[in-house]
Amino acid sequence: MAKVEELRKIASQVRRDIVRMVAEAKSGHPGGSLSSADVLTVLYFNEMNIDPETWTRESAGQDMFILSAGHLTPVYYSVLSRRGFFPVRELATFRKYGTRLQGHPSVEKGLPGITQASGSLGQGLSAAAGAALGKKIGGDDSRVYVLCGDGECEEGQIWEAAMFAAHHKLGNLVAFTDWNGQQIDGTVDSVAGQGDLEAKWKAFGWNVIVADGHDFNSILQAFANAKEVKDQPSMILFKTDMGHGIDFMAGTCKWHGKAPSAEQCAEALAQLEETLGDY
Amino acid sequence: MTKYTDTGKKDTRSGFGAGLHEAGKADPRVVALTADLKGSLKMDAFADEFPDRFIQCGIAEANMIGVAAGLAITGKIPFAGSFAEFVTGRVYDQIRQEVAYGETNVKIAASHAGITLGEDGATHQTMEDIALMRALPGMVVINPCDYNQTKAATIAAAKYEGPVYLRFGRPSVPNFTPEDQPFEIGKAYILNEGKDVTIIATGHAVWEALKAAEALEAEGICAEVIDIATIKPLDEQAVVASVIKTGAVVVAEEHNMPGGLGELIAGVLAARVPAPMAFVNGGDKFGQSGTPAELMAAYGIDAEHIADAAKSVIVRK
Repeated sequence: MAKVEELRKIASQVRRDIVRMVAEAKSGHPGGSLSSADVLTVLYFNEMNIDPETWTRESAGQDMFILSAGHLTPVYYSVLSRRGFFPVRELATFRKYGTRLQGHPSVEKGLPGITQASGSLGQGLSAAAGAALGKKIGGDDSRVYVLCGDGECEEGQIWEAAMFAAHHKLGNLVAFTDWNGQQIDGTVDSVAGQGDLEAKWKAFGWNVIVADGHDFNSILQAFANAKEVKDQPSMILFKTDMGHGIDFMAGTCKWHGKAPSAEQCAEALAQLEETLGDY
Repeated sequence: MTKYTDTGKKDTRSGFGAGLHEAGKADPRVVALTADLKGSLKMDAFADEFPDRFIQCGIAEANMIGVAAGLAITGKIPFAGSFAEFVTGRVYDQIRQEVAYGETNVKIAASHAGITLGEDGATHQTMEDIALMRALPGMVVINPCDYNQTKAATIAAAKYEGPVYLRFGRPSVPNFTPEDQPFEIGKAYILNEGKDVTIIATGHAVWEALKAAEALEAEGICAEVIDIATIKPLDEQAVVASVIKTGAVVVAEEHNMPGGLGELIAGVLAARVPAPMAFVNGGDKFGQSGTPAELMAAYGIDAEHIADAAKSVIVRK
């Protein structure tokens, strides 16, 4: 499929951006950015009805995305710039003094495409639910998408929001989890085992979909399935690998919030095809 | 001195309810949220007339703040209400991230503020909320003094673009400001002009300040009384001009000393016009069970303590 091949190429470039941004900033969160890169590529380049030319924070008539796992700015900024929200060369300013590309998303700095400040975990799902309700009240039939981390689901507020969204039958809310099984201090199971995440979301009244977050067909199908349910919010649990795409970063929590050295950056880039031109 | 008449005791939370209802009628973007305290927040009239714009969040204040922020992003004007403690201390980070730093047009409606919440005791009485909210960059902090002013402030908050913390209370208190007076955010209201001492008060303490001024007048002391209905942004000019005239200051509030109006005024005056100051507030301790009147007397936030404080600062001029 041409579509899948195109998405694969974009995601490869996004991964190059992630590694270069974090290496140059000497800080940032590559692990989760790499694990959610394929899903966010599909979201911005295929799934969402969104137009960088006419985008406003209010997003009237357009789909909206909120990054609840706010530390995933490397992938978020890369996808936004590659989608045309701001010049790709601005990625070079990531985390530097005076930048619009703050360590965690900021609306204060006015970066196009950023809907809400985030980074203090567990809060973006509530904001997304509020935005979905606002669209529903206002008769705007576009959707609100939100990305949560699996570790983030240890925050109690996630489950407050889960109850709220189901109670208000927010069928226009599509949440998805980067289910990579890792967090800063180790595997999710070793830090704060969450039990059966799929059963939990179902029990809270959500339409739950499990998909492979590195298989483009699986991602496309999951988003399509989410839209079929109108009277429940959807949660897509994307099974992913932290650090996916770079052999020495994959499958470990060690690269959650650690920047590669110049040598490691070069080693990583050698594994990633440059498809759209580096910034 | 200027005569103020209590036109009948009313609770300031009912002023909020009335203002919310009126704001809702004037602007379809106004929505109201609560965490299982619709009746306590006097939101019934709004909820009955605009059921689609009333959002019951259940006992989940953190989520309520985030939902309010999301609604604001889509162009709504949300008023998110609960007891003052539960929409400040409990959710400080949510307000910081989603509302203040997130620059969302959310109005935090904080009822049952201070010790006049009464019998429920310290768990529900916040004497620290002003400190928390005024610490947030960009947050407007409003603490009106009676029913009429609370109603007008609610309407003004709906029209203002940006985060607002609106603080009011549970008990019935004198209603004495003009019924038709529009509320100006950021304006200090000079309730009585005087020359010997400036009494600066906010919220429920304003009526006590007026009573104190009456008592002082009988002793030949002419007190200026200023109602600081907006704590942030502070009307510094009004405060400074008054203190240049009187040379002595008392600050009265139903809030603790740390981070309250007293410290705020002290900071302004230290930089611009140092003068002897005295503070009438809850000090640095928790509240307890009791009737509102008992507690205000026990914590010394009443006319008698304000008058004594005024005499003590005049001596130090």
